[in-house]
Amino acid sequence: MTRRDAGPRSIASRLVDSLTENRWIGLAGLAIALLAPFVNATPYAISVMTSAAIFVMLAAGLNIVVGYCGLLDLGYAAFFAVGAYTSGVLSTRFDLPLVATLPAVLVATVIAGVVIGAPTLRLRSDYLAIVTLGFGEIIRITATNLDVTGGPSGIYGIPGLAGDRISFYYLTVLVVAVAVVGAARLGRSRLGRAWRFVREDEDAAEAMGVHTYKVKMAAYIAGAIWGGLAGVLFAAHLSAIAPSSFTFLQSALVLMAVVLGGMGSIRGVVIGAVIISLLPELLRDLADYRFVAFGVLLIIVMLVRPQGLWPARAREAARSTAPREAVR
Amino acid sequence: MKDPANDLVNETVNDPVNETVNDPVNETSGGPSDHPLLSIEDLRLSFGGVLAIDGLTFGVGEAEIVSLIGPNGAGKTSAFNCVTGFYRPTAGAVRLRGRDITGLRPSAVAALGVARTFQNLRLFGEMSVLDNVRAGTHLWIRQSVFDALLHTPRYRRGEREITEQAHHWLDFAGLRGDRYGPARALPYGEQRRVEIARALARRPDLLLLDEPAAGLNHGEKAEMLDLIRRIRDLGIAIVLIEHDMGLVMDVSQRVVVLNFGREIADGPPEEVRRDPEVVEAYLGRDADEAEIEQARASVAGGRDDGGA
Repeated sequence: MTRRDAGPRSIASRLVDSLTENRWIGLAGLAIALLAPFVNATPYAISVMTSAAIFVMLAAGLNIVVGYCGLLDLGYAAFFAVGAYTSGVLSTRFDLPLVATLPAVLVATVIAGVVIGAPTLRLRSDYLAIVTLGFGEIIRITATNLDVTGGPSGIYGIPGLAGDRISFYYLTVLVVAVAVVGAARLGRSRLGRAWRFVREDEDAAEAMGVHTYKVKMAAYIAGAIWGGLAGVLFAAHLSAIAPSSFTFLQSALVLMAVVLGGMGSIRGVVIGAVIISLLPELLRDLADYRFVAFGVLLIIVMLVRPQGLWPARAREAARSTAPREAVR
Repeated sequence: MKDPANDLVNETVNDPVNETVNDPVNETSGGPSDHPLLSIEDLRLSFGGVLAIDGLTFGVGEAEIVSLIGPNGAGKTSAFNCVTGFYRPTAGAVRLRGRDITGLRPSAVAALGVARTFQNLRLFGEMSVLDNVRAGTHLWIRQSVFDALLHTPRYRRGEREITEQAHHWLDFAGLRGDRYGPARALPYGEQRRVEIARALARRPDLLLLDEPAAGLNHGEKAEMLDLIRRIRDLGIAIVLIEHDMGLVMDVSQRVVVLNFGREIADGPPEEVRRDPEVVEAYLGRDADEAEIEQARASVAGGRDDGGA
């Protein structure tokens, strides 16, 4: 690990800091998302952008688990699946509007988070990764084998959340924006600090009174809720879900978005998610070779910027803190 | 200006956080005031067949400075780990104001008012210095998830208060370096101060310092001595592991000496430094003539064997 220079920093780096730390950056991102349909409103483009927004929400959720808390989760699609299937099954079986299934989705995802988290969070790093990988597959295979989930062909005819494609896109963008801001705020709270204490040094965190098991469980549950709600949006978007949407590849892509953007950095993660979800579409002209190009591009980015495109920084802005004279 | 932090320090700490205490009331006792702040009773710890601690008994009173000394490997840090819940002792008991805290998890022990530092600095390197000290406030800040999501007035008030507290304790510990940057960017001596500030922000009744002066230069050691005294003046009891005998003898009210996991002395510094067993543990026994003869013989014998 390189030791960053602690001395006076250059004017250029200060300028970059003030730009990247600007709170308006988030609103600018939201504005881009809101204005995008005015540039291209073909059904295809709207569909791709909706998927990208849902993917951003997934990445924001996984960032809580992996980025803030440092728990490597290779089966995150499991929570995505639990949310999508809970809302899909309830709405088609009982003829409910999708919104009415939200309480059940929350309960189901929290239960899934606890069931998966309780036995696994006692494990450290590599073991946790393997076990979550297994749980991700268990959820997918269960969905394939149960009758209630429609077996391998899945569920059809899930009602939408909004009338047409455009309004559903806007609804999705707003929900995702709230989810991203929520994740960021959690990250700056007492709980969010506790997550990062656990990531940095579990023993020191315990010594300061952080119940590391509970805190890790909280990260897992928060991640599960974000993933589950993204699953509801996904079900509403496609109106059909099948086990093939919740493979290990999906988990790996979300993790890729988090790592590419910069673990623990909400801005980076949003950008990472947008790139991961849009790049294969932009490379469509390469036909059969597009995933080769996609892979090569990702490898190049990770070689050039291993810390991610927009990494989290430990430095905090002085404005957020009280003047020292006040306490002396 | 009135100092808000001092009010907070003087506040009595009663943490209702932990409900899993094994033995809240000692049957033989009258009230909690009868009990020493910390009492360690016949503590034993073994790793497999190796006895790391073999019967350690000592107490620490309110606002007392007790040093735990002994050669490397004597079991000092293991004793700290038993007190703070990182190790579960094989036998014996650790009591805090008469309450049995043996085998509680470290966060539960911390909730009862015990803070510690580590022999090898254990800061949260990628987080800001202020965030590191904010860790000490984790147990007393009241903030729900909804406060955090909605940025309620309680959230803002709490965050402002803990930031002031973090600044206060960094000032108290005499940090000169950059507080907004990552902790790992600070020089070593400054990192030690941050670790102590973090422990103090916990507002403990008992502070365990594991070699706070290790790796510090002469001037920094003098400042550390002063800091330890000022911490005691806040009413915080200190248990100190330290190899710098000058510092130990200067600051301690009592000294407990460990050797090979056994307690060999417990008393005021003047008394302990004259204890022959302590001198022997530190300097080795006076090599008497018989032993030297024996050594010569074995060396000579070895040479003979080699020749034969």
